[in-house]
Amino acid sequence: MAEKVLMKGNEVLAESAIRAGCRFFFGYPITPQTELSAYMAKRMPKEGGTFLQAESEIAAINMVYGASASGARVMTSSSSPGISLKSEGVSYLAGADLPAVIINVMRGGPGLGSIQPSQSDYWQATRALGHGDFQMVVYAPSTVQEMADYVYRAFDIADKYRMPCMIMADGMLGQMMEPVELRERKTDLPAKPWATTGHQHKREHNVANSLYLTAEELDRLNHERFERYEEIKATEQLSEQYLCEDADIVVVAFGASARIARNAVRAAREQGVKVGLLRPITLWPFPVDAVRATIPQAKGYLCVEMNMGQMVEDVRLAVEGQAPVEFFGRTGGVIPTPNEVLENIIALNEKVGE
Amino acid sequence: MSETNAEKIVFKRPDSLLPVITNYCPGCPHGIVNRLVAETMDELGIEGKTVGVCPVGCSVMAYKFFGCDMIEAAHGRAPAVATGAKRVNPDNVVFAYQGDGDLASIGMAETVHAATRGEHISVIFINNAIYGMTGGQMAPTSLPNQVTQTSPYGRQVSSAGYPVRVCELLATLDGPAYIERVCVDTPAHVRQAKKAIRKAFQNQIDGIGYSFIEVVSTCPTNWGMTPQDAFAWMRENMLPYYPLGVYRDVVADGYANAAEAAAARAADCPIATQGGAR
Repeated sequence: MAEKVLMKGNEVLAESAIRAGCRFFFGYPITPQTELSAYMAKRMPKEGGTFLQAESEIAAINMVYGASASGARVMTSSSSPGISLKSEGVSYLAGADLPAVIINVMRGGPGLGSIQPSQSDYWQATRALGHGDFQMVVYAPSTVQEMADYVYRAFDIADKYRMPCMIMADGMLGQMMEPVELRERKTDLPAKPWATTGHQHKREHNVANSLYLTAEELDRLNHERFERYEEIKATEQLSEQYLCEDADIVVVAFGASARIARNAVRAAREQGVKVGLLRPITLWPFPVDAVRATIPQAKGYLCVEMNMGQMVEDVRLAVEGQAPVEFFGRTGGVIPTPNEVLENIIALNEKVGE
Repeated sequence: MSETNAEKIVFKRPDSLLPVITNYCPGCPHGIVNRLVAETMDELGIEGKTVGVCPVGCSVMAYKFFGCDMIEAAHGRAPAVATGAKRVNPDNVVFAYQGDGDLASIGMAETVHAATRGEHISVIFINNAIYGMTGGQMAPTSLPNQVTQTSPYGRQVSSAGYPVRVCELLATLDGPAYIERVCVDTPAHVRQAKKAIRKAFQNQIDGIGYSFIEVVSTCPTNWGMTPQDAFAWMRENMLPYYPLGVYRDVVADGYANAAEAAAARAADCPIATQGGAR
């Protein structure tokens, strides 16, 4: 078993990416992902890798596109406003079926918003990071250990399905220090016969491209891509359930807000309320199966998010009107307190118990 | 005529150009420049290790024309995409092929920064002073008073500003090793353009640095002229604004590469002359 080390979330994202075989990092400065880029700047030269501070987020994601097309494991990181700028490149990655890992250490929005923690990019990540029909696999770690684990996994998933994957962290997780067990360094990376590495007159020329001027061809490719998405939905959903077996009330929360919700669930249990926590780890594919499994038992759902209510829509879609789904959220960098969540649990319990 | 002479091939499609029909309009110089790039790959024997990046614009389909591996970039982002490709496989030869809207408007940041980083790539820039693919809008290089779809009364510099002279702009930077402006209206000019393009690729192979070749070009379709009239208009109006010539050549200046030239220029700056990481 590997040794445990005390590390900051943002630095763990970087170190774990290196261990997953990432040797190319293109970024642009932004708070609160700062330590991640700084760590990469320090480490990449020692790893024989490339750290490049791009002229913009747009350039950074397009460098990712070029590096990914050329067969490398490659990552970029940013925080909310910077992720918006990257959306163009992410759409092209999806359209050209190129793998990449994108980190979003979320801060408040819209606009410049704040530099405090937030979860207000849920819709952006799961619905529309860029134009066109596409999805990304989105992981939402809630501990520093999970930041290490899921960035490591994201590279494999991105390569396996040839698509961009995102890690949704936030300013709180990024700045947090916790003991973490780092994975071993990956050496055996998958072959990429499709990559634009120079054909050496040994194969037809490879092309990385998202342009299809024939309507039928683009239609066919979009359908093929969505067949892949169906496979991902069937096999890649991840979630954690805490005290859900007998729960009347199921709290649904991800990332940093799940940490707070867990404390509130524990406090409510002490008061005799049958409450559990369902924590989505993949935001896309949303863990619909896990939510549905709770429907026969649950009398009500409470979604806790650091936004105005985004994931709650996915919970409602999964619950299909079979129980009330309520929402509690704070924004702007305000972190909900366990007591606030507890009050909402008790209020919902009373309401559904009537 | 002897049999030997009859069989002598004096001109053919370059091997690095695939036997496909291009989407270029009749009389468009893109075809000539595509050929020159492909001939360069053939002559240097580098098709197998070359990766081309094509833009959004009239040469958007160039990934179907060149035989080397190709990447289709988002509008203006070719230099960033080429940067990613070159950094991953530094032994490959990476070129970007871009038009004026792509390179000097939406992609100006990527253009300038790839140049100032001294990326070891070769950029071929087709400047025909108009957006061709979208039907003839004003470009960053459209001339003062030039009539286009979006400057129907002529480019008014009082509101639309002035054209960008890209070679002159990039020549102020330390990153580039070689910058030349050429055109392809006559056989002599085509030969000169070929020489420049070949040098841009050779520089990359030799590790001399970033090279930039601007080809002053035409757009008979959107200019509403015959190909020959378009070349005449280009000679009359574009060449005085965009003079042909070499704008930077560090080797001709006596340096081994762009880095040496940059160091010489910064000789009086103590921090810039300190070697290595501390």
